[in-house]
Amino acid sequence: MKPLDMVRFCSAALSGYPLRTGLMLLAMAIGVASVVLLTALGEGARRYVASQFTSLGTHLLIVLPGRSETIGGPPPLLGQTPRDLTLADAMALERSSAVRRVAPILVGSAPVASGGLEREVTILGSTAELLAVRNLFMAQGRFIPPGEVTRAEAVCVLGYKIKNELFGGQSPLGRFVRIGERRFRVIGVMAKKGESLGIDMGDTAIIPVASAEALFNRSSLFRILVQAHGRDAIPRARQTILEIIRNRHEGEDDVTVITQDALLATFDRILKTLTLAVAGIAAISLGVAGILIMNVMLIAVAQRTAEIGLVKALGAPPGQIQLIFLVESFLLSLAGAAAGLILSAGGFLLMGRLFPAFPVAVPQWSPPAAAGVALITGLIFGLLPARRAARMDPVTSLSRR
Amino acid sequence: MIHMEHIQRVFQVGDEPVYALQGINLSVASGEYISIMGPSGSGKSTLLNIIGLLDRPDEGVYRLESSNTTALTDEQQADVRRNKIGFIFQFFHLVPRLTAAENIQLPLLLAGVDPKERKARVAEALERFGLAGRSRHRPDQLSGGQRQRTAIARATIMRPAVILADEPTGNLDRGSGREVIETIETLHRDGMTLIMVTHDPDLGLRAPRQIRMLDGGIVFDSRGPA
Repeated sequence: MKPLDMVRFCSAALSGYPLRTGLMLLAMAIGVASVVLLTALGEGARRYVASQFTSLGTHLLIVLPGRSETIGGPPPLLGQTPRDLTLADAMALERSSAVRRVAPILVGSAPVASGGLEREVTILGSTAELLAVRNLFMAQGRFIPPGEVTRAEAVCVLGYKIKNELFGGQSPLGRFVRIGERRFRVIGVMAKKGESLGIDMGDTAIIPVASAEALFNRSSLFRILVQAHGRDAIPRARQTILEIIRNRHEGEDDVTVITQDALLATFDRILKTLTLAVAGIAAISLGVAGILIMNVMLIAVAQRTAEIGLVKALGAPPGQIQLIFLVESFLLSLAGAAAGLILSAGGFLLMGRLFPAFPVAVPQWSPPAAAGVALITGLIFGLLPARRAARMDPVTSLSRR
Repeated sequence: MIHMEHIQRVFQVGDEPVYALQGINLSVASGEYISIMGPSGSGKSTLLNIIGLLDRPDEGVYRLESSNTTALTDEQQADVRRNKIGFIFQFFHLVPRLTAAENIQLPLLLAGVDPKERKARVAEALERFGLAGRSRHRPDQLSGGQRQRTAIARATIMRPAVILADEPTGNLDRGSGREVIETIETLHRDGMTLIMVTHDPDLGLRAPRQIRMLDGGIVFDSRGPA
């Protein structure tokens, strides 16, 4: 039998039973579409997290007080309190050649008041470097001026949300707000950047780090953000940061340095694994579709018993009959996969409409993988019915009407 | 052409063996026209199936054109069926979703004959069996006689040496039955060997050579014992 004739014969056989064929196509299409769409969601989650991390700033290292690692050995007899990270520690880091910028952050919470309005917000004490390190943008005015970091200037930069609540549509520049017990002059407003890693930048006020030390009467920093000179400089920066802090802290390694890239890579790995797991779950639906194909093909074989007997009498060897039914299930899964890809394209557009902020993206490997799995399941599950057809006894198949 | 020696076919029904054919000896020369008659259960259809290589004997030797068919594999038997044997069934066995022309074409399709040649041969067959205007009709749009003529066209499209007909008029009214039998007899006149199973004595008596079967054995052969 010529290949083209085979394909024609089989597709005619399939279109001869539209309901049955349609149902199988639907099952296959849903399976393929769910694999593609679920992997698209997983990939979207990965991209979302990645964009969150890059919005933090580039080539970033984060220095936290205290060690987060546990090393084996007996617990210390005397309680070990990690030393605080201080402003002096932060400034010492600027000596490293691998480090480009250093932004200490001191965090506290205080009421911010203007006129009769008052609101409790997060206060960040930092330096002029924060703007560049954290990739922030100004909406109005300017950021904390560069200069001597130990100078407690009474100026502040407001997040857009707190600005709106205290001043409404008016310009706050040059006006005074009360933060805790002190008065600060507003010199700028942050641009709307949205949320990044759970901290709403719109709901903060930024003041010079020395002012924050005085305001909260404490010198311990929340963390130090360090920007390395480049991607290649990150490991060296990490090394020198640990060395400098160790020297300043009497030989104790009592800080943790997190590199943004390492963090990102970890999340990336987790989310990729998650995407694969989700794809695996979706692939089960493809397996179910395969079993459906098998059942329906078995019914087809039973319904077409007389035809099989006839084709045998006309001189088709068992191998040819098996091939006919295999080609039928292959064509079915091919059409099902195609329909599934079209369906997933539609679903993809719909998701983009519904959640414009979420970066849904189909990973390159997923449509071919889904289609491939569909074709393979079609063939595997088509094998049993095809063999049954090939083994049929022509005399008994023909004796029925 | 056909030579059978001591053919035995046993079916197991429950615990009891049923002898469908016992010790059949039969020789058929090329170009003969034979009718096989007998009551139902006499083994005539089983004999026809074995001649047509749809069934294998449990014992005995069956030679078709001097090759021993019992030694052939399934694939080789399929090959012999395709090229040397044409079947005509009581229930036509047309594929319902295919048109008359497509049904006639089916053996050529399975054999992988070129589309161009297929078309020519099908057109010729349609003409010959008076189906020219019906080529695009599906079986359910054809009369009984037309259906059987389509089946005859299909059985002869590969130009086989032997035509095996199992009750070819059993499902037709008298008029179209006569028409169909006359068509089949033209095949014989064209030199094909024709073996027809029937329980209709009128039909059986038309054949120059008649065989009567009973309980799995040949009880009468008008040509004399083989």
